[in-house]
Amino acid sequence: MRFSKEHEWVHQKDNLYKLGITDFAQSELGEIVFIEFSEIGKHFVTGDEIAVVESVKAASEIYAPLNCTIVSVNNDLIDAPQLINEDPHGAGWMLEIEIDDPSSINNLMDEEEYKNFTSA
Amino acid sequence: MHELRETFSSRHIGPSEIEIKEMLEFLNYKSLDDLILNALPKSIYNELDDEETFLSEYELHNNLSLIAKKNTLFNNFIGMGYYNSVLPSVIKRNVLEDPGWYTAYTPYQPEISQGRLEALLNFQHLVVDLTGLDIANASLLDEATAAAEAMLMMYRSDKQERTSILISKNCHPQTIELLKIRAASLDINIDIDDFTAFEPQTHFGVIVQNPDTYGNIVNFSSLIHDVHESSAMVAIATDLLSLTIMKTPGEMDADIAFGSAQRFGVPLGYGGPHAAFIATKEALKRMLPGRLVGLSVDSLGRPALRLALQTREQHIRREKATSNICTAQVLLAVIAGFYAVYHGADGLKKIAKRVQAFTNLLYHELISSDFKVLNENFFDTLTIFTGDQTLEILNRAEKLNTNLRKIDDNHLSFSIDETHSHDDIALLIEIFTANKKIFQDRDLLNLNLRFENSLKRRSSFLQHPTFQKYHSETEMMRYLKRLKSKDIALDESMIPLGSCTMKLNSSAAMAPISWPEFANLHPFVPIEQASGYMQIIHDLTSMLTDLTGFHSVSLQPNAGSQGEYAGLLVIKKWHEENHSADRKICLIPSSAHGTNPASAKIAGLDVVIVACDDEGNIDIEDLKQKAEEYKDNLACLMITYPSTHGVFENSIIEICEIVHQFGGLVYMDGANLNALVGICKPGEIGPDVAHFNLHKTFSIPHGGGGPGVGPIGVVKKLSHLLPNHPLVVEAGPQTGIGPISAAPWGSASILIISWIYIKLMGFDKLKLATKIAILNANYLAKKLETNFKILFKGENALVAHECIVDLRMYKESVNITAEDIAKRLIDFGFHAPTMSWPVLNTFMIEPTESESKSEIDKFCNAMNKIAEEINKISDGIWSKEDNPIINSPHTAEMVTSNNWDHCYLREEAVFPSVTVQNNKYWPPVGRINNAFGDKNLFCSCPPIESTVS
Repeated sequence: MRFSKEHEWVHQKDNLYKLGITDFAQSELGEIVFIEFSEIGKHFVTGDEIAVVESVKAASEIYAPLNCTIVSVNNDLIDAPQLINEDPHGAGWMLEIEIDDPSSINNLMDEEEYKNFTSA
Repeated sequence: MHELRETFSSRHIGPSEIEIKEMLEFLNYKSLDDLILNALPKSIYNELDDEETFLSEYELHNNLSLIAKKNTLFNNFIGMGYYNSVLPSVIKRNVLEDPGWYTAYTPYQPEISQGRLEALLNFQHLVVDLTGLDIANASLLDEATAAAEAMLMMYRSDKQERTSILISKNCHPQTIELLKIRAASLDINIDIDDFTAFEPQTHFGVIVQNPDTYGNIVNFSSLIHDVHESSAMVAIATDLLSLTIMKTPGEMDADIAFGSAQRFGVPLGYGGPHAAFIATKEALKRMLPGRLVGLSVDSLGRPALRLALQTREQHIRREKATSNICTAQVLLAVIAGFYAVYHGADGLKKIAKRVQAFTNLLYHELISSDFKVLNENFFDTLTIFTGDQTLEILNRAEKLNTNLRKIDDNHLSFSIDETHSHDDIALLIEIFTANKKIFQDRDLLNLNLRFENSLKRRSSFLQHPTFQKYHSETEMMRYLKRLKSKDIALDESMIPLGSCTMKLNSSAAMAPISWPEFANLHPFVPIEQASGYMQIIHDLTSMLTDLTGFHSVSLQPNAGSQGEYAGLLVIKKWHEENHSADRKICLIPSSAHGTNPASAKIAGLDVVIVACDDEGNIDIEDLKQKAEEYKDNLACLMITYPSTHGVFENSIIEICEIVHQFGGLVYMDGANLNALVGICKPGEIGPDVAHFNLHKTFSIPHGGGGPGVGPIGVVKKLSHLLPNHPLVVEAGPQTGIGPISAAPWGSASILIISWIYIKLMGFDKLKLATKIAILNANYLAKKLETNFKILFKGENALVAHECIVDLRMYKESVNITAEDIAKRLIDFGFHAPTMSWPVLNTFMIEPTESESKSEIDKFCNAMNKIAEEINKISDGIWSKEDNPIINSPHTAEMVTSNNWDHCYLREEAVFPSVTVQNNKYWPPVGRINNAFGDKNLFCSCPPIESTVS
């Protein structure tokens, strides 16, 4: 599992990658009540807005951590956005993406680096 | 004997002379002036030198009644979205004239706002039922700006990214003109044509009006079907009264409906304030601008109301918000909702049918007198071909003290409303035909109503018990009382909201707004019939320029957000005139209120954020660097002064100079003007444009979340660019930016409140009020400092007119947040201060000059008592999981329950201090679960089963 400075995680599963927000991010946002995804099949460049999550008091954009294309979205979150709070690294995954250049994932932080990043 | 007259200022200013002395001693200052000289940077200090002139309350009302008589009330048939209406006395006396309703703030603290939240829910329910759509908000500013919001919703929803909109040429002219301005600032192309001119390739949406400005009613179903074929949308401007008998926008499958709710009991007031409405389909609910009231549950699992989906709003979304709308017209929406509650579906239908019958009678009479009536299907308005008789008819109308609408040299039109009688029908017939005729009730029977069957409404509406239970005055009066007593307004206790200036809204200033000469004037009457209003408007304009140092003022913007938008358009146009059309960068400090970036965005500017330092001041180096970096594109800086951190920034003059040096202008957000009136003229220290919130600094009540008024002042070189109006040339310079509001002077009738406030105080005592506001804030800050940290201070460790209390440390130590303390204050009978803005987990507190020392002491005692409670938690006496702060607010039901398994006493829960025992406010609900409501959005009156449970 790799991590971005925008508090997203990316995890490889076969040829595809899953993307979600970290436990740290969900605890900062508080109880999440809504998620909106961009369209499936759309291509994104690093830093593009790829989804929006809303808690009661904050709206937070999720940015593409890498150049990628959305393959599928986690439809369970539409009725149960709280899954992001309850299991951010598991059932609370958001998107399945195809990464343009799989080696670019090495530009993201590993677990140790992310831990240091959030405690800094 | 000047000095023996009754002075209003001693009623308005809270602390007595003895209290002022005590507070100064506590702060270690010899005199009030000594304190002010130490609090304010010398570079901006410029005390008004004015002789003491003021009026007593009695003198003022005598003077004002002479001014009121200069307004001439003609028989009014003008229409165009404004109609005479009858405000039932039970609502006038118990709502419009009751401080329990008009002095309340926006219902951000839902536990103490259940009364007005229910009233707003009634309004939303009314709009949903009458428009036939799924969801409605809690009101918008006026019909024309509601049209602009509808346009933006359709524009942003368009997946094909089309950039043109089709506006029917039969919309009200003020709506069309305002849409042109709004569209131009976002590079949206407008085509004004017949609605059949829809082009699927280019138009993302269509706006039509039904009934249209000439009175025609059309079934738009097939047009809407065609438009939907190309995934574009349709918004219908409509009229709530007509919808009681007419096929609804929802039944025609429109995507959005909007309009004005004014004729539901709200006085004309020479143009405002009125509540506009907007409704849409479920799928577009997240695009809906403005406030939205929704149902949730409280800590006991009972239904409770609060503002829903706040994440759409500008205070959270900032430049990404769907709109810069930051307020609603709550008081007027509440009145419109109650009007419907009182009349019920049958009562409303009766009113509508009478209006329709009179209009039909006129139709038949005019046809039989050989006039050509242009309307096929109509409700309340007819347009008549009058050809070469036009002038003669208009002359006759004038002789008979009557206003018609002149469409052009060959056409006249008139509109009928609920105040009209048989005599008015006879009058119109005499005006058109020169023949006197008498009409009676039986003339209305057996009338052949011209109304196609396919246009009739068949669906029922307002079947909810709320709209069926309160039709007797006794029941209505008690319902209004019941709702009012659920809320905390200024009639209960101090409302210490920072940046909101919750000062006294005096009865003396409120009473005249319901005088008929002010309340019943249509905004488009010939200007000579509004001489009284003109005098007040000119007077207020010149008093505001004198007080602020700006060259010219426009009173048109009817909210702070509209002032911001207007001011930014002025700046943009000035750059265009000076061949710098590509100046589009708007610098905004990170501490700015979210409305600033939202306004910049809809004005078509690009936002660049400037950093703030640890002291909360603008980071001058960062400002210099960014101003220089964007020197070819810099449009302006938006700055709040005194800052949003409640501090007089020393560097304000330097900041303005830096921006000017790089070709930009300075926009000042005047939200905190209450700290400056009479001791500093912002127009003379650097800013080029500023808006003033009359509902803060100049005593207009907040109305429970609107109306607001946000005039702008500009320096001389910008004065030719102020807003104007397409129908009333006197409203502004012809070279101006165009209309910002639907009415020429926005919310004209409440400008009277600020006029009265200034006249009663006199300039000299306005200055004193400012000084006392600063004294009160500094006294409060020092009183709280024993237990709390004051986050930011200016020169000599003094604050301006408000202060920020840091509560961040309690999250870590005892798991208590600002929100917990806010809710605990309810148990003490207080409305919370501004919470978590501009710094997360802090309170921003503004006492204003109207609060006495004893009330401030009461508030400080409550805060200090809460500090003791926090200590009990950190000492382990109470647990972090069970203590009176985290469980607050405590309802009567909670403390009288047989089960009390908390580790603190029932008395400690609800009577935390002796003063509370003497005057206990009981919150109607426990802590409200916001997340539940946002996840289970429900924004109409709740089904019965949920209220009974």
